[in-house]
Amino acid sequence: MMEKVLMKGTEAIGVGAIRSGCKIYCGYPITPQSELLAYLAKELPQIEGASFIQSESEIAAINMIYGAAGTGARAMTSSSSPGISLKQEGISYIAGAELPCVIINASRGGPGLGSIQPAQSDYFQATKGGGHGDYRMIVLAPKSVQEMYDYTFVAFDLADKYRTPVMLMCDGALSQLMEPVVLSDTKVVQYEKNWATTGAKGRKPVLVSSLRIEPAELEEHVDHLFEKYAEIMKNEVRYESVCNEKTEYVVVAYGIMARIAQTAISKLRQEGIEIGLIRPITLWPFPQQAFAELSDKVKLFITLELNKGQMVEDVRLAVNGKKEVTFYGRCGGMLPTPDEIAEVIKSKISGVKKCNK
Amino acid sequence: MIELDIERCKGCELCTTACPVNILVLSAEKVNSKGNAVIEMSDPSKCIACARCAQVCSDTAITVYRNK
Amino acid sequence: MQQVIFKRPESFTDAFTHYCPGCGHGIIHRLVANAIDDLQLREKVIGVGPVGCSAMIYDYLDVDFQQAAHGRAPAVATGIKRVLPDNIVFTYQGDGDLAAIGTSEIIHAAARGENITVIFVNNAIFGMTGGQMAPTTLIGQKTQTSPYGRDTTKQGYPLRVSELLNTLEGVSYLARVSVHDAKNVLIAKKAIKRAFETQIAKKGFSLVEVLSICPTNWGMKPKAAIEWLEKEMVSYYPLQVFKDWR
Repeated sequence: MMEKVLMKGTEAIGVGAIRSGCKIYCGYPITPQSELLAYLAKELPQIEGASFIQSESEIAAINMIYGAAGTGARAMTSSSSPGISLKQEGISYIAGAELPCVIINASRGGPGLGSIQPAQSDYFQATKGGGHGDYRMIVLAPKSVQEMYDYTFVAFDLADKYRTPVMLMCDGALSQLMEPVVLSDTKVVQYEKNWATTGAKGRKPVLVSSLRIEPAELEEHVDHLFEKYAEIMKNEVRYESVCNEKTEYVVVAYGIMARIAQTAISKLRQEGIEIGLIRPITLWPFPQQAFAELSDKVKLFITLELNKGQMVEDVRLAVNGKKEVTFYGRCGGMLPTPDEIAEVIKSKISGVKKCNK
Repeated sequence: MIELDIERCKGCELCTTACPVNILVLSAEKVNSKGNAVIEMSDPSKCIACARCAQVCSDTAITVYRNK
Repeated sequence: MQQVIFKRPESFTDAFTHYCPGCGHGIIHRLVANAIDDLQLREKVIGVGPVGCSAMIYDYLDVDFQQAAHGRAPAVATGIKRVLPDNIVFTYQGDGDLAAIGTSEIIHAAARGENITVIFVNNAIFGMTGGQMAPTTLIGQKTQTSPYGRDTTKQGYPLRVSELLNTLEGVSYLARVSVHDAKNVLIAKKAIKRAFETQIAKKGFSLVEVLSICPTNWGMKPKAAIEWLEKEMVSYYPLQVFKDWR
């Protein structure tokens, strides 16, 4: 049965997590995602065998997730930018020990305490390995409350499938947004977890660890991780492309910025401008293939972000010098209006036209 | 009576401080395959099988028996 | 006929330890293994190892293990125990791990009355990194980072972890023991078993602080080290049972 209900972004994640079979949530209050704690504090204890822990710190929370995930249970934590910084050590250990878990980041303005308003300035931290060591983490970027619900399922599934931490990255705007959501009955796949510590009954002991003291062993382990990452890059890229044969200009944006851009794009199309959109949904693995063909055909890429220019570096790598890649961003928690974005796009387009004359 | 697994022994001599009959000594000649000087019993007949040496052994290298 | 009075515990592996001669970890590992054997816990136990000299404790105990980040073992153990409340979960931590970087995690796990067991090894120094000052380093004690002796005006006072935790309602069993001689090893053995019994009875948080020697980093022969422990450490860290739910 499909239910359609009105809910807040944080709540949609909470419902998605519970329906995904999340057995334990550990977190620490921080704006703008504290409603998720409140929701799970109420709901998780109603489920047999499920636990909610308000931990003493973000550091404790991610390490509780390490322990719980190490038993094979579906585990989740959530926070916002400064708290995510504190979790980085734990995320690195989780990646090293190959534990599945889901981490929600309702990102806000930085650096430092910054602001509590929406921002995308954690793109580098999320996609380039915020913690130490050679590792990667799947990063999903929904654009609506519906997607926050849907991608929570995807996050848990990919985490188990690849034994890896998965981050669902939204922002202060999406987490607070209220929208109708169709609560589809998504089938949850159960994965065998013979690596989990459950007590050595009728088998040899297992060890959950990121420690490989012998250099050759560690190199082999990291090689293994990167073979896994190559599989993820091959199989799990997700993006939305709103481009066609006539597209001349391409906006690249994700999350809330993609929504603002879509409104601007609709307006510009009515004015006769042949403009499209690429919206990465997996920020890692970055959808390089979305750019391969377009780079030969179109005239300009315009990257829009709520930061000073982070994803634009991946766009440039994907376009690989074939076309100009420009950037416009707001930061500090400032959200541009669709009209502001439409004007920016027009000025970027006229800039290219002038250069080509 | 004790049995000492000399391969585990690191010659720390803690057992010598625990032995009430003072029969454990660090061997002047004997070494294990790792090159550690190891403990030996000067007079096994005096052993009272109290297991104090085993209790303080950091490497659980000592097994203690008593004749029934 | 010969009767075995003392032998290696069943839940020990055959591995040779990497510890220095005389190191207290070997004895304390054995006491944990004895408790696991005596209470028939081998198939139910999940250990959580620290960062420090005993990081590779999983090589020596034949049970499931998770290796935690420095100081975070009580948080990791909490996550395990909440998912598997009928398993037996313990952490094994040194004084750098538990009393310095992990102070927050141990206090809050204790305050929550988390039904886990903590084996806390206090040897008054950071061992693995080569002998730096620990929160538990005694006043006047020389280490690599207190080369003139711990000076309270600059480096403060040694932390009495058990006394601190004794103020918390969530703690059900709490004892400080030592392994400097056979008599005390037997007392330590009982305390560690009691701590696991506390968890089995679902009575909440249990911790045994074990005073231990680090001959290498103290710059002493093992024989001198046990004398120093008895004379200097026991007077600052008195041996006692602080709490017992029975």
